[in-house]
Amino acid sequence: MRNAFLFIRRHFNFLFFLVLQIIALSFLFRYNKFHEAAFLNVSTEITGRFNERYNNIEYYFQLKKTNESLVQENLRLRQQLKENYEGPDSNRRQINDTIRADSGRSIVKYQIMEAKVVNNTTALRANYLTIHRGFAQGVRTNMGVTGSQGIVGSVINVSRNFSIVMSMLHPNFKVVAKLKKGGETGTIDWDGLSPNFVTLHAIPKSAKVAVGDSVVTSQTSSLFPANLLIGTVDEIVPDNSSNFYMLKIRTATNFSNIEYVYVIDNTQYDEQKALEDSTRKKVQ
Amino acid sequence: MSELLKNIIRFILFILVQVFILFKMPPLHRFVTPYLYYLFILWLPFSLSRMSLTFIGFIFGLSLDYFVKTPGLHAAACTLIAYVRPFVIGMLISQEGADKNYIAPSIVSMGWAPYATYVIVLTLLHHTYLVLLEWMNFGTFIYFIGKIVASTAVSLLLVLLTELLFFRKQKFRTNTI
Repeated sequence: MRNAFLFIRRHFNFLFFLVLQIIALSFLFRYNKFHEAAFLNVSTEITGRFNERYNNIEYYFQLKKTNESLVQENLRLRQQLKENYEGPDSNRRQINDTIRADSGRSIVKYQIMEAKVVNNTTALRANYLTIHRGFAQGVRTNMGVTGSQGIVGSVINVSRNFSIVMSMLHPNFKVVAKLKKGGETGTIDWDGLSPNFVTLHAIPKSAKVAVGDSVVTSQTSSLFPANLLIGTVDEIVPDNSSNFYMLKIRTATNFSNIEYVYVIDNTQYDEQKALEDSTRKKVQ
Repeated sequence: MSELLKNIIRFILFILVQVFILFKMPPLHRFVTPYLYYLFILWLPFSLSRMSLTFIGFIFGLSLDYFVKTPGLHAAACTLIAYVRPFVIGMLISQEGADKNYIAPSIVSMGWAPYATYVIVLTLLHHTYLVLLEWMNFGTFIYFIGKIVASTAVSLLLVLLTELLFFRKQKFRTNTI
């Protein structure tokens, strides 16, 4: 026993070092798995305040770019309006309306709120955005986030006034995407090489793909409404060992100058998730 | 200004510079991530005990981690170099008692060559450990080696610039030994 105490006293510095290393590594590897760590809520609130101060200054230098992207978005929205009025499928809309009347209440599936980006990285291995909206304003985890040009990521952590968004530039971010022309679906992920490109996997070789084709979100993605732009095909890599293409996609969003994003609330997300989970339990 | 106050200001400044300038810069290449913040640990006074040095390293790394949302990554690397620092200084110090006559490691207190070796060894150690932890999740071996070499080169350049811009005068304290 005495020897044990002597050993501890003698190597106290080394043992102390080991303990701190183990604490640090356990933070690191637990976080990577479950996206949570001790005090992360509190620390997000504190670092969020710093980020907000910094962003207030940075904001003035980017006003011109912000204006431009807002003008472009306005233009796009106005064009959509025109299309809607002259749309040939007004019949289908009416069918939807009768269902609504039957159920006695209107069904809003997606609600959208704007949020200001107060912190953003693109240079790291795993990138996150901090936005200035938290659970007090109605954000919860697993909400999709889009920018004015294309999708951005999904919410993974929420504090009172701030939320952390896992950017599309993160090795764990996956989203179901489809080719706008043909409708074939595949999954998008990021290979970590350049902030301007992501990869679309599992598009069968029977699909007709050309460079410049649009890639949009699929209706099977539970985070995003269908047909939001993700990017355009930049390069087609034929994978000889399989029947699938690997497509290099240029992202529609320019991640280096995001100022505002839209958080998409799928009001039926919980219901859909609960049904799917209970089915999985039943089958097993 | 007292040594404690000076170090507290350095603590805050190094973290802000790293988070809001160096991490915000558009990357030159995917291998290059400029790191400067760990210079805070290299500049800590000689007089700190080994245990408090290790602990300061841990806290410093962790506070950077909470800004970039990677709890533990930089903390682990900082703890390592803070723990190894006294061994490296012990090996490199040239004149007898220089660690008692001067306050902190610098070009003046250690001399050009030993100070450069000290910075290079700890920079390499810090980057190797940091990239190793990153690499375990992700990446190829080329990525691992390339990133260590490129980041170390850029970091050393930044350290050199910082040393030249903020030259630290150090008084020789004769009556302490």
